[in-house]
Amino acid sequence: MADKLRLATVWLGGCSGCHMSLLDMDEWLIDLAAVADLVYSPIADHKHYPKNVDLVLVEGAVATNEHLELARKVRQRSRLVVALGDCAVTGNVTAMRNPLGAAATVLQQVYITHGDPRGVLPDDPDIVPRLLDTVVPLHATITVDLFLPGCPPSAPAIRALIEALLKGETPPAASRFG
Amino acid sequence: MSAKTLTIDGQMVSAGADESILQAAREAGIRIPTLCHLDGLSEMGACRLCLVEVVGTSKLQPACHTSVAEGMEVRTDTERLRAHRRAIVELIFAERNHVCAVCVASGHCELQNLAAAVGMTHVRYEYLAPSCAVDISHARFGIDHNRCVLCTRCVRACDEVEGVHTWDIAGRGTESRLITDLHVPWGEAASCTSCGKCLLACPTGAIFHRGSTVAELEHEPTRIAAIVAARSERW
Repeated sequence: MADKLRLATVWLGGCSGCHMSLLDMDEWLIDLAAVADLVYSPIADHKHYPKNVDLVLVEGAVATNEHLELARKVRQRSRLVVALGDCAVTGNVTAMRNPLGAAATVLQQVYITHGDPRGVLPDDPDIVPRLLDTVVPLHATITVDLFLPGCPPSAPAIRALIEALLKGETPPAASRFG
Repeated sequence: MSAKTLTIDGQMVSAGADESILQAAREAGIRIPTLCHLDGLSEMGACRLCLVEVVGTSKLQPACHTSVAEGMEVRTDTERLRAHRRAIVELIFAERNHVCAVCVASGHCELQNLAAAVGMTHVRYEYLAPSCAVDISHARFGIDHNRCVLCTRCVRACDEVEGVHTWDIAGRGTESRLITDLHVPWGEAASCTSCGKCLLACPTGAIFHRGSTVAELEHEPTRIAAIVAARSERW
């Protein structure tokens, strides 16, 4: 490959387990570094999501206004968007607050009703992102090109996906949820 | 008993006149996906996963609930059926809160396996995220309505095999919920013999052993058929 793949990874509403799985690719990361540049990632020091990203792996559900804005920017600036892991694909654990009701009800339940010691509602939109009323999977907000389920997806599954894309092949069929 | 000859996926198949398309297909080694069907229990036709095409009628037929007929031509694996099956599984996931990652049945769940089998990559429908109760009033078992798919396998196992009918369904549509006795907590349901056949029959993590944690629960649905067979062989 003449040019290196411009690779990004994004961490939305998730536990970072998918990124742990990514790091679990161990020494293959060194091979990957030879053919890809990591241009944005929570495990690298980048302040802004760059333009002309070839491939982005997005972990986590869309749970806050910040996630929503970043997801839209990711879509505009990336060629191939992969929903990485169950939270991005289904909402998963991050979406388990949905049955409780809207954001105000969730905050009330967590910080006041069950807060011990009784807390206060976080209210500083410039510092703490606002919760969306409903946590949604990534494809509910932007067009997603590929889905890789799993909680987390295994390191070999992530590697198989990236390897197939590097060769210009169709990635293997999605594995199991959970 | 007279035999009928029919074609399933281009294969000539012979079946008893009282057999369903599902039975005939299975005997011929043709696999049709199912969820509410359980060997040993009556057919319900609730899940619609076994829908097949029968040449001569535009309406799709549930294989579990449609009798074979002479000269019938059945297709079990067309593009149209695959699309319907995927949609059905997605709708089941969208209707309740199926969170595989934290479910007792993960790794041993028929719904989870079905999702992989029908090629479900994601759910295209909006999740309803209903508020569902978890009833752990019974001393040994629990029911998590978040995981229930309303297949009624527990209802039928309790009624037809145990002969009790503790379980039933109350409500309509998405408001439908499994109930015990006349909608009392399971632990207070006087008719329940605590036999555990509902637990054997459940395809998901809805009915579980109290104390099971993530991925620990293995149902044994084939034991229902074993119990039924053992009884019928008694003389």
